Amino acid sequence: MNQQAPIQYVAKNMRLDLALIAEMIAPGTRVLDIGCGDGMLIDHLFRTKQCDARGIEIDMAEVTRAVAHGLPVMHGDADDDLQHYPDGAFDYVVLSRTLQAVERPREVLRQMLRIGTRAVVSFPNFGHWLLRWQLLRHGRMPMTPTWDRHWYETPNIHPCTIQDFFDLCVQEHYVVESWLAVDDVGRRAPWRRFPRLANLFGEQALFLLRRA
Amino acid sequence: MDSPDQTVEIEHTHVTFPEEMTLECGAVLRGMTVAYRTYGTLNAERSNAVLVCHALTGDQYVAERHPLTGKGGWWETVVGPGRPVDTDRFFVICVNVLGGCMGSTGPRSARDDVDIDPAPVWGTDFPPVTIGDMVRAQKRLIDHLGIARLFAVIGGSMGGMQVLEWAAKYPDAVFAAIPVATAAYHSAQNIAFHEVGRQAIFADPDWNGGRYWQIGKIPARGLAVARMCAHITYLSEQALTRKFGRRLQTAPKDPTEAISLFGDMFEVESYLRHQGSSFVHRFDANSYLTITRAMDYFDLAAEYGGDLAAAFRGTGTRFCIVSFTSDWLFPTRESRAIARALNRAAANVSFVEVPSDKGHDAFLLDEPAFHRILAGFLQGCAVHAGLPG
Repeated sequence: MNQQAPIQYVAKNMRLDLALIAEMIAPGTRVLDIGCGDGMLIDHLFRTKQCDARGIEIDMAEVTRAVAHGLPVMHGDADDDLQHYPDGAFDYVVLSRTLQAVERPREVLRQMLRIGTRAVVSFPNFGHWLLRWQLLRHGRMPMTPTWDRHWYETPNIHPCTIQDFFDLCVQEHYVVESWLAVDDVGRRAPWRRFPRLANLFGEQALFLLRRA
Repeated sequence: MDSPDQTVEIEHTHVTFPEEMTLECGAVLRGMTVAYRTYGTLNAERSNAVLVCHALTGDQYVAERHPLTGKGGWWETVVGPGRPVDTDRFFVICVNVLGGCMGSTGPRSARDDVDIDPAPVWGTDFPPVTIGDMVRAQKRLIDHLGIARLFAVIGGSMGGMQVLEWAAKYPDAVFAAIPVATAAYHSAQNIAFHEVGRQAIFADPDWNGGRYWQIGKIPARGLAVARMCAHITYLSEQALTRKFGRRLQTAPKDPTEAISLFGDMFEVESYLRHQGSSFVHRFDANSYLTITRAMDYFDLAAEYGGDLAAAFRGTGTRFCIVSFTSDWLFPTRESRAIARALNRAAANVSFVEVPSDKGHDAFLLDEPAFHRILAGFLQGCAVHAGLPG
């Protein structure tokens, strides 16, 4: 755990996490990656799947890096910029490890499924056993490799559990086309058929949603 | 004092189109001369052409010694061999705008609406032109050069307005568009600054109702004040403080030249005076009036029922919008408005705000991040356009 690192949305182990997301995306489709960082996923999708992949990123240094790499990335954020896209502009809208850091997660999901046919959402699972244990044992906000900021400086203002997310999908009438839980470096975890176990042992969750 | 027709003596590369040109105001030019410069080589497929659009007081000498001032090209840091707009790879075209004073038809040209020999100069009677007219003039040249599609159109400030106009009017002729430090309309504040400049020109005793050449003069004082006022808007407070602060220097002896205290004047005053006086040697006052007016009238959305997105509906052009943090003349929010309009049109758009304390002028200066963005965006577009590396 690096206490000195600047505050950012979440620690990102991009490659494995993104590889799992990329698997969910069909070749030749239109993709918007929200919080795309330096554009690694959209670069990958263009090169390997011939996708028309674009990105939005809030950190200007990352935007500069991405555009200087020839990638179509614009400065903006999930809370304010999705409303400007027309309905159905994309086949997939991706939000990787960012949902817990946006101001209005439910509205962001609605926008994602308005402008895209499908949404790919990944988030760190606050229901993981270690977090539950730390809170029970010490009575203080948990600190783990995934949740590695103190409560007073974390950008993760809307943490949720896998179970919470399933509930929200029911409430908002989203169809969960597929989902999986992964460990902290993004390796697929073996509890994919049992949401309760995934909620206890999965450190990250990945969902593919579509409108009902 | 300079001879008012000094630049007429310079032979600029140009094409004269004998066909009529109907301007947006309804006036008709019987013929039109378009002065331009090119750099690099057009490839066999004619697919590597990049059009650079100049700003208010720029001209076509983008990447070479200027024939009047003897200074280097105004965008040499950006355009040239191995530069972000690499002339070893791209065929770069830069056109003097319609209404300009470096060889294209403008207020300094001979009138074509009277049958007097020799024809008098247009002067203030030159019809008002718009950014749209400037772009249609450029389109004639591009057609003349046999280029069906420009690989990219790039420009800052008023050049950026032309880029937006190009992308809106000729989407199939523009593969990539890079509007820099610009806006889709000229703001009330910007119009106000222009008006101060225009009034300074009108107030010059040598203005002579716009026919200053008839008395062998130019409204140098008024044009210099216009330039000084505009120049302040191109800089930021930080840049002025960094360059000059409150430092003093010796004032000129002549009390009509400057107000001095104990024989001193501020460095920033001296700098502005230099900017003003060097400008009048290379720019025509009537052109300045014509072009500032064209900028003021620019409002791209107005032509599309007030919806900027409608200007770009269905576009296949790839956009890269760039703004600078300290630019208060064309602030980032105006670039963001363009980016969001392009989002509404589902266009492919990159948008970056470059940190800089240099104000609006930053797009002309050495800004490594901006140059990396330009080079990278063009490289990415070249891949998508199938342009050979």
